[in-house]
Amino acid sequence: MSPNPSAAAVCRVRLRYAKRGKLRFTSHRDVARAFERALRRAALPMAYSQGYSPHPVVSWVGAAPTGVASEAEYAEIALVEHVDPEVVRAELDAALPEGLAVLEGVLAGPGGLTERIEASAWRIEVRGLAGEQLRRAAHMLLAVPEMLVERVTKDGRRSLDARAAIVSLEVEDCLAVLPASDQLSRCGILTAVVRQASPAVRPDDVLSALGAVAGLPSSVLVKAIRTAQGRLDDDGGLVDPLAADRAFARTALAPDGLARSDGRSDQHDVAGHAG
Amino acid sequence: MAVTSVFERLELLLPRVSKPVQYVGGEINATVKDWDATAVRWALMYPDAYEVGLPNQGIMILYEVLNEQPDVLAERTYAVWPDLEALMREHGVPQFTVDSHRPVGAFDLLGVSFATELGYTNLLTALDLAGIPLSTSARTDDHPVVIAGGHAAFNPEPIADFIDAAVLGDGEQVVLEITGAVRDWKAHGCPSGRSELLDRLAEIDGVYLPSRYEVSYLPDGRIAEVVRTTERAPRRVAKRTTMDLDEWPYPKRPLVPIAESVHERMSVEIFRGCTRGCRFCQAGMITRPVRERSARGIDEMVERGLAASGFSEVGLLSLSSADHSEIREITKGLADRYEGSGTGLSLPSTRVDAFNVDLANEISRNGRRSGLTFAPEGGSERIRRVVNKTVSEEDLIRTVSTAFGAGWRQVKLYFMCGLPTETDDDVLQIAYLAHRVIRAGREASGSKDIRCTISIGAFVPKPHTPFQWAAQEHPDIVNRRLSKLRAEIDSDRKIGRNVGMRYHDGKPSLIEGLLSRGDRRVGRVIERVWREGGRFDGWSEHFRYDRWVAACAAELAPQGVSLEWFTTRERGREEVLPWDHLDSGLDSDWLWGDWQDALAGREQDDCRWTPCFDCGVCPSMGTDIQIGPVPIGPVPIGPVSIGPR
Repeated sequence: MSPNPSAAAVCRVRLRYAKRGKLRFTSHRDVARAFERALRRAALPMAYSQGYSPHPVVSWVGAAPTGVASEAEYAEIALVEHVDPEVVRAELDAALPEGLAVLEGVLAGPGGLTERIEASAWRIEVRGLAGEQLRRAAHMLLAVPEMLVERVTKDGRRSLDARAAIVSLEVEDCLAVLPASDQLSRCGILTAVVRQASPAVRPDDVLSALGAVAGLPSSVLVKAIRTAQGRLDDDGGLVDPLAADRAFARTALAPDGLARSDGRSDQHDVAGHAG
Repeated sequence: MAVTSVFERLELLLPRVSKPVQYVGGEINATVKDWDATAVRWALMYPDAYEVGLPNQGIMILYEVLNEQPDVLAERTYAVWPDLEALMREHGVPQFTVDSHRPVGAFDLLGVSFATELGYTNLLTALDLAGIPLSTSARTDDHPVVIAGGHAAFNPEPIADFIDAAVLGDGEQVVLEITGAVRDWKAHGCPSGRSELLDRLAEIDGVYLPSRYEVSYLPDGRIAEVVRTTERAPRRVAKRTTMDLDEWPYPKRPLVPIAESVHERMSVEIFRGCTRGCRFCQAGMITRPVRERSARGIDEMVERGLAASGFSEVGLLSLSSADHSEIREITKGLADRYEGSGTGLSLPSTRVDAFNVDLANEISRNGRRSGLTFAPEGGSERIRRVVNKTVSEEDLIRTVSTAFGAGWRQVKLYFMCGLPTETDDDVLQIAYLAHRVIRAGREASGSKDIRCTISIGAFVPKPHTPFQWAAQEHPDIVNRRLSKLRAEIDSDRKIGRNVGMRYHDGKPSLIEGLLSRGDRRVGRVIERVWREGGRFDGWSEHFRYDRWVAACAAELAPQGVSLEWFTTRERGREEVLPWDHLDSGLDSDWLWGDWQDALAGREQDDCRWTPCFDCGVCPSMGTDIQIGPVPIGPVPIGPVSIGPR
């Protein structure tokens, strides 16, 4: 089906997607381009932006940095026809390159996605440091009230407080994967919950803070993955940002709840089960 | 031998380099095959950065043609930037393919496509990182056979020491023949080793093995003769020509990169070859005759390619796309079909006429009319006759007026500087033209807010063109003329502020000239520059003129020649040119006659529309020009089908 830039959006679908493996080296621009092309290949009835070069309407929520993998990225797309969110998920997933996977699709309920995201959980594999060293560093960092780190950006060096954004920090040991060199076979895994801040505090900023507070070697190699995003609950855990939409879909799909008259009952079923 | 991915080691380095995504592959429509299930394995390289190399049509076509063979595997590799190169050397990571991250040194063949000679140092980096000896004589049965292709392969003499073979002309068919030779040789247990395989390759039409030819020199530095050292190699190697493009609708499934590339669109080659006869244009000379893809064939490729790629723009590629005999129907058909779909069309064309404006209006009917490009190439009518780009000043002004009148707000004009017989005045005429364009444009558009951008490149004489004998202009003269032009443009400020001028320094062009018309003695210069750190010479931020000049002094002087000898020296009719044993189909007498016509300012017609003028290609190659819809009724008599079949 060919896209029709002039039609108005009738529904929005929120997606959770993953950035994995080799594609963790994509930048947000790369991901956005891949999505746009996949949406065209999948021939979904996308809503298009107005103007001379119309683009499919996609809203993004705080993308993981280049080099960092994620199991919890979020985006919202607008469609000009009602399509079962599970169908959207499956077709888009099939059209995306390997390494980008759409994990969930739910019909957008009231309220924005952005305000449901307050913090991220990161799992950071650190090579070149034993778990014990890393654990000591984590304790030291948690004990200080602030820790300024520098990051080189396009606009020069920026200084930010990495400690203030950290909600929790835990360390576990991991087994060596690389037999090649002694140094790299030492490995620890850091689990961090970090508050969304401006400027954003990224996994490498957390590492820099650990390095600065405990005098760690700078030659460590890091593989990071975002495991979750959401609002912080009272225990320092994260609330699934799509939970509200799923709940809304369940109530809206109750026999007389939904203001939709296209009679596609199959959509209701699948959407109802998505949670 | 088990060949494993180097990615596990590479990925530890990637967080430390710029734009790591360019090294991870993962493109839509990429092919990954089981190594052990295939008999012949090609690594295909474009010797520039991924963002430039990925959209290359030549590589994309061969990649797909080869991978369609069940027992053949083809993967791609590109030049790595110096930041990653340093880390790869430090950590022992070899040159790799982006498809499966396999080491390039493990493949049977390494095919490298050269669009420009400035990629030669990047070839050496890749060979070295792959563990392949730079010198062909040091390679063993365990090393890939290194084959150069692309336009620069029409004079591969400067890289003769580094490549085992060069392929002249279209690659679709010859890669399969080369594959067959390798398959056969391996299946029989590699009889007589690498040397026998190379001899077998020398027997394939269009394949040139520099090592099977010996070059001798006269006391004055010119070439005495080039003779073959084995009967198995031909005296002259003739180029390959793929005749029916509709039988070769590649790429069928265009590669869609994850990383950003220089062409964010899919391309369909609508014809190959060109008959305009611009005397500076190597591409137009070596790709003759014209072979059009049919309107239906183009339509199918566009539809299938868009569905397979998700691109939102299609480029209709060729050397002069408005010259396709059915271009009006093709563009109208596509504009109708994709109207309102958010799919854009682009049509690279250098024609300076109203027809070109009509076409541009057609393909932009729903979009913004921003910029339109014309290439008069020379500032004065006299110099345009010399280069055979026949357009009168009145035509040019009428054409741009039509464009501004149709709502276009900017025209770009392409020119060259340093052309044979050129004087300061020929270049200053560009300013005069630009001023007239602005005045005419203001009148036609009724607006003062219009722009004319002039873009100027330094002329480099190329092999297999009528200018192959010409003296290249020294960069100091080119740069001086360009400064004078700048001053002349700015002399009338009220108009000059609407004129933009873009040009590059002339120095890289002199080195390009050395590499284009050089012979085997230039190989040592390339190697020295590379050893001293020369990389990515096509990029102004990496190119270092001084390093090339010093390397020329060190390596050429002991051989009795120099940078100037290869570049700013005019050649005579009797001189043996380094590429004379390589046959592009063009008749040497015709080329010389055309060179003399150029010097006398005489023009040459286009054989697409007018009778044959005996350039020699069709009879010697057994080809003819293929245009238009399939003719109904009697086949037209005359030049179109001249020559033995």
